Amino acid sequence: MLSQLLQFLFSGLTVGATYALAALGFAIIYNASGVINFAQGEFIMLGGMAAVALAALGLPLPVAIVLAVAVTGLAGLLIEKFAIEPAGRADVVPLIIITIGASLVVRGLVQVTLGKGTHSLPAFSGEQPLAIAGATLLPQSLWVVGVAAVVVAALAWFFGRTARGKAMLATSHNRLAAELVGISTRSVLLLSFVLSGALGAVGGILVAPLTYTSYDMGIMLGLKGFVAATLGGLGSGLGAVVGGLLLGVLEAMTAGYISSAYKDAMPFVLILLVLFFMPRGLFGAKTIDRV
Amino acid sequence: MKKRTLITSAIALVFAQALPAAAQGKDPIRIGAVLSTTGPAAYLGDPQLKTLQTYLAQINQDGGVLGRKLELVHYDDASEAAKANGFAKRLIDDDKVDLLIAGTTTGATMAMAPLVEKAGIPLISLSGAVVVVEPVKKWIFKTPHTDRMAAEKVFEDMKKRGITKVGLLSETSGFGQSGAKETRAVAQKYGITLVADETYGPKDTDVTAQLTKIRAVPGIQALFVFGLGQGPAVVTKNYAQLGLTVPLYQSHGVASNEFVRLAGKAAEGVRLPSPALLVANALAANDPQKPLVTSYAATYWKQYKDEPSTFGGYALDALMLGVSAIKRAGGTTKEAVRSALEQTRGFMGTTGQFNLSATDHMGLDLSAFRMLEVRDGGWTLLK
Amino acid sequence: MNKLPSSTRALMLLALVLLCLPLVLPNSFYYDVAIRVAFNAVIAIGLNLLIGYTGQISLGHAGFFGLGAYASAILSSRYGWPPALALVAAAAGVATLALLVARPVLRLKGHYLAMATLGLGIIIMIMLTNESALTGGPDGMAVPPFSVFGRELSGEKHWYAVGAVALWLMAWTALNLINAPGGRALQAIHGSEIAALAVGVDVAAMKVRVFVLSAAVASVMGSLSAHYVGFVTPGVAGFLHSIELVTMVVLGGMASVFGSIIGTVVLTLLPQLLSAFEGWETLAFGAVLMLCMILLPKGVVPTLRARLNRSAP
Repeated sequence: MLSQLLQFLFSGLTVGATYALAALGFAIIYNASGVINFAQGEFIMLGGMAAVALAALGLPLPVAIVLAVAVTGLAGLLIEKFAIEPAGRADVVPLIIITIGASLVVRGLVQVTLGKGTHSLPAFSGEQPLAIAGATLLPQSLWVVGVAAVVVAALAWFFGRTARGKAMLATSHNRLAAELVGISTRSVLLLSFVLSGALGAVGGILVAPLTYTSYDMGIMLGLKGFVAATLGGLGSGLGAVVGGLLLGVLEAMTAGYISSAYKDAMPFVLILLVLFFMPRGLFGAKTIDRV
Repeated sequence: MKKRTLITSAIALVFAQALPAAAQGKDPIRIGAVLSTTGPAAYLGDPQLKTLQTYLAQINQDGGVLGRKLELVHYDDASEAAKANGFAKRLIDDDKVDLLIAGTTTGATMAMAPLVEKAGIPLISLSGAVVVVEPVKKWIFKTPHTDRMAAEKVFEDMKKRGITKVGLLSETSGFGQSGAKETRAVAQKYGITLVADETYGPKDTDVTAQLTKIRAVPGIQALFVFGLGQGPAVVTKNYAQLGLTVPLYQSHGVASNEFVRLAGKAAEGVRLPSPALLVANALAANDPQKPLVTSYAATYWKQYKDEPSTFGGYALDALMLGVSAIKRAGGTTKEAVRSALEQTRGFMGTTGQFNLSATDHMGLDLSAFRMLEVRDGGWTLLK
Repeated sequence: MNKLPSSTRALMLLALVLLCLPLVLPNSFYYDVAIRVAFNAVIAIGLNLLIGYTGQISLGHAGFFGLGAYASAILSSRYGWPPALALVAAAAGVATLALLVARPVLRLKGHYLAMATLGLGIIIMIMLTNESALTGGPDGMAVPPFSVFGRELSGEKHWYAVGAVALWLMAWTALNLINAPGGRALQAIHGSEIAALAVGVDVAAMKVRVFVLSAAVASVMGSLSAHYVGFVTPGVAGFLHSIELVTMVVLGGMASVFGSIIGTVVLTLLPQLLSAFEGWETLAFGAVLMLCMILLPKGVVPTLRARLNRSAP
């Protein structure tokens, strides 16, 4: 009984860590620009696929990983420069369509250049499962959760203690005021996209040994990341992480205890319930809209 | 200027009169294809398109069919059945094709079925579910084994080993659900009881929850997974991670080297039914399928530097069946081709030997399936 | 704002185009495209009332479409209901569902609203996929042809008539809704929600009404589509279809009835045109979307109208 619960918990936390990284990506961009970046899922996909492609060229794995993260960060930058910036102060819905268009472009490019096959990366430290209190865990899962934790801590430090990070936070609170005190909101926006791209890539690379990567794996992940970010409250970093982990665990529990067929519906049922009773999500701040 | 235009048009007119007369007997035979080359079923549709293109070119190089060149018009339904319906209409009404080789997924085939039946054009489907040919539809044929046959082949092997309590883990895709339905229907015939019945999504990244539930069922003796693409590879990896020891059977949906590559060491010992293509080299020298499957493997490798897949094999069989029917019908009159298809006997394909009839629009039997096991990262033929 | 005479003129033009189109359509396939455009345009107009005028977002409208389609399919094929009755019953059911979720959902704003409607649409699709005993599962189910009073609708000419009439009626209804005195409330909300509230418009009630109307419209068109195609799969209720519908509205121009029609034409024709690109379709489609939204942020029709107004003497 306990070992079953533990098993569900382990798989839920692993999947949840991926969702958390995706949700963080959403949160960072949303904070800097109010844009929901539907291409976030594609960043995750791009990271994994790029790493696979680079490793296949013969580069040692760590080099391939670093390059893949850089490539995805670059993709984020390009999207910001060529899709978001030209759009200026567009409304919510056109912006959503633009990011969807951007996600299609990324997916289409990967499809044409890297093919439609499924690929895997070698596990970072072997495939021998670890047995803990009757449940098993793959070492790669520890990598996923561990690196995610390190990344979150690094981001917290970045946003809390560095001038750049604080500038980004300031922009998210009040863009006009930030501009007035001399913060270049343009570069904040650029940095947010690069950061989210890199974040997504890290997530994609971490899970590729566990879950494989293919040109279309970004869609579902992006969607679930969006749900997790909304669950935690759009714009809250802590909310994104908690939302992601919670989502992963609840999904696993639903599959284990209720019905594996409806496991995919559960995140959406959850978000509906949360939004009905807590419209700002778990950690979302109460905002005041100027009219 | 005006005079020159007049002369040019006159010459053009003369040519225009001559050309149709010359082209009359040389009208290309148009084959329409609606395949899923993107989307979740791209893994099947992509080799299908490549196979069709390669072999069409080869046939044309060798002089075509009945002195006419073959022409392929194809559209991608992106694994969405509704799109398949639209493209079928386009092929029939606008492109005016003579024959359809289409339907990577059962959903796509069934969406095109009402159109095809109404328009009266033969369709050779590349999809697996038994519902495509049962009940028999006048104009619809198919080349892959049915999912019912896959279940029966697996159960046949299980019965031989005295397995009676089996857990079923099926994919929520069309292929998985239709396969699950057939599995449940034929289990009793082989004395098998399904003691667990779980599902997983095609893009799921983790199924340990479902496997944990299955492992806890008392007395379970084997696990049967019905899915295709990467899902079953994830299942297999999780299965190894959890330390499950009961025999693992998969469906023909993962009869490909890609499955072994993705699942890695975890794939050792997995058994599944498959067309002979996967073990081309291991076939006995006098095996009637050997020449065709080895030549297909060689041709595909030469062109695409990739191993052929059994799904591509379905497309090859469909093309060759169609060509053979057209030859026997002496032309592309749709009704003639249709009845020629129905009269196909002893036709050797990569999937097996086809013996069609008015009541059997698929023509394969269980012997066309071979039971394989993964050993040392490769396929072994089980006797 | 649409001035009355111009919208009457536009309606007459639409009627003319719809009547003359059959003369230039060469074969059944083109009829098929026209019918699909007509059906989609009706939904787009309804959705535009929601997105363009009351300023709401719905990323789950395909869910209503799917419910209408399946309800018609199930009632007419499994329970033997007359298709017309099934269509009405389906619309009533969907309208009731929309009414139930409208109040709590429409309290949300912006991205939260988008998420809620998205979730709704996906839950509907998952249910349609899983309840295979009723719905035929992921491979879908066949739908009997549409017949009313014993006369069956078959062939593209019949369906074209249905589509054309439905489109014209919807455009007429929407324009009347917007321009009629009661409809001024809609335009007020579009201008500024708070201002509308301040002058006494029951904004919440209006939003609910428009939401339910657009959901019911989607359901009716879903039912008709199901009968036309003869087959229905859970994919019609999916996220991608919802995005397509929203894109039709946004591309054509929000708060513009004819914009929705143009947007639908573009978005329905585009995949057909892109099929020549073999393998590059996804990339091309995404690029087109991005370019359109960046260069024509208000949508095709409003931007063109603004340009024409500027260049007019």
